[in-house]
Amino acid sequence: MITFQDVSKTYGLGGHAALSEVSLSVKAGEVFGVIGASGAGKSTLIRLINGLETPTGGKVIVDGDDVAALGVEGLRALRRRVGMIFQHFNLLSGKTVAQNVAFPLKLAGRPATEVKARAAELLARVGLTAHADKYPAQLSGGQKQRVGIARALATNPKVLLCDEATSALDPETTEQILDLISGLNRELGLTIVLITHEMDVVRRVCDRVAVLDAGRVVEEGPVEDVFLHPESAIARRFVREADGEVTAAAGVAGRVVRLTFRGEATYKPVLGEVARTTGVDYSILGGRIHRLRETPYGQLTLALAGGDVAAAIAQFQASGVRVDELSGETAR
Amino acid sequence: MSVSNIDWSEIGQATIDTLSMLGGSLVLTIALGLPLGVILFLTGKGQMLENKVANGLLSLLVNVLRSVPFVILLIVMIPLTVALVGTSLGVAGAIPPLVVGAAPFFARLVETALREVDKGVIEASFAMGAKRRQVVLGALLPEALPGLVAAATVTAVALVSYTAMAGVVGAGGLGDLAIRFGYQRFQTDVMIVTVVLMLVLVQVLQMIGDAVVRRVSHK
Repeated sequence: MITFQDVSKTYGLGGHAALSEVSLSVKAGEVFGVIGASGAGKSTLIRLINGLETPTGGKVIVDGDDVAALGVEGLRALRRRVGMIFQHFNLLSGKTVAQNVAFPLKLAGRPATEVKARAAELLARVGLTAHADKYPAQLSGGQKQRVGIARALATNPKVLLCDEATSALDPETTEQILDLISGLNRELGLTIVLITHEMDVVRRVCDRVAVLDAGRVVEEGPVEDVFLHPESAIARRFVREADGEVTAAAGVAGRVVRLTFRGEATYKPVLGEVARTTGVDYSILGGRIHRLRETPYGQLTLALAGGDVAAAIAQFQASGVRVDELSGETAR
Repeated sequence: MSVSNIDWSEIGQATIDTLSMLGGSLVLTIALGLPLGVILFLTGKGQMLENKVANGLLSLLVNVLRSVPFVILLIVMIPLTVALVGTSLGVAGAIPPLVVGAAPFFARLVETALREVDKGVIEASFAMGAKRRQVVLGALLPEALPGLVAAATVTAVALVSYTAMAGVVGAGGLGDLAIRFGYQRFQTDVMIVTVVLMLVLVQVLQMIGDAVVRRVSHK
């Protein structure tokens, strides 16, 4: 649905490079996350998709169109197929909720009766029918973002771009908005690209994620892989921010291993079984148990001593648990 | 001091003249200054029609007109005024210099009001597939409306004092009355009445302006 081919973006003549040779592809119907610290180039990346920014190198292809090659009208047509929501909502303060939602339809020149009906339908979808005649200033942050979402959906887009859409919201509201976004992905088959600096957002809703650092993609893959086995230093930092620090293993006797349980394995009493059959003693140095979208996962850092450690590791692996040796390195 | 030697019919006529000058010049000032202010804003740095040359020239024109003292402008403009409306006297003769004096001032205020509009709203409008014209008419100007009304109010109040000065070159109105009777004939009572009337006028304009701003502002 969206392809970046060696895309670079430099501001000014010989100036600062916001993006360097980024190649990515977002499949139709998936939720694709881009995570990065501020200044990593996320904002630029998402704006290249709907042509709010133009690349200085490479190509961005959206729904079959090379964005930079589109004329004025072509770009407008593309923007009707690509909705966008923003961190600060960017609603028109002088228009009511219903008028805000109707705005993209009016821009597209749709007849008034259709505009009205569609706006009402969209407000019902985001649960704001009762607030149709209020002005944005009278709404809470979460309600404002719902208006933003309804507005972005007005022209029946195939893609929804979320620019730090939950960064200005409290945790509870963030969860509601993320649920709404996930629902749109499932029910409408909407392809979603979201940028964020919070790993937690990625963990809750994304199928795949790209980690952006200083304008480059340093890691990309299914969320489970990046989240459970981050390769880059920056990805590890984001995971740590989301899950808290796992105790360091320095100075502990025995072999230090990290076990990763996914899906059903998370709920099996594997640890006890292995300890009984192999006579290995374990001490838990740290751990986390959580969910990635619908998938439960657990990650435990253990020190194994006594008994048959090699057999224990083999048995863990046989039960579908991934084992990483951490001896000599610091647990993360 | 007694009120009995005041010619009330003359004061009545002068009030009507002042109001006509104010109304006529305000409408034309807005009609000229609003597009000028919008173009000043749009051709500015980082805006959608960024154009250094056009912006520089317009800005220079505005600054030149704004730095000419209004009394001088009144006199300098006499030939142009005669060419435009056939006379340099009376209400009609006062309107061209009033507009030329106030429109650049209003244009600057418009530019400032437009700068106050949240850039994110403009970006969101483009992201929704708006044309430039739709962004300006559908998002930029409506979002700036409270600021624009406040700018028009300030301009209207400035125009009241300009109309008084226009009295010097034979425009008539309350300012003319204050000068002819109050200053030249030492009729202090007439001067006081005219000043009070102008004060009331300014007060009323400000109140109306503030009320409209409150009405159109939904922040």
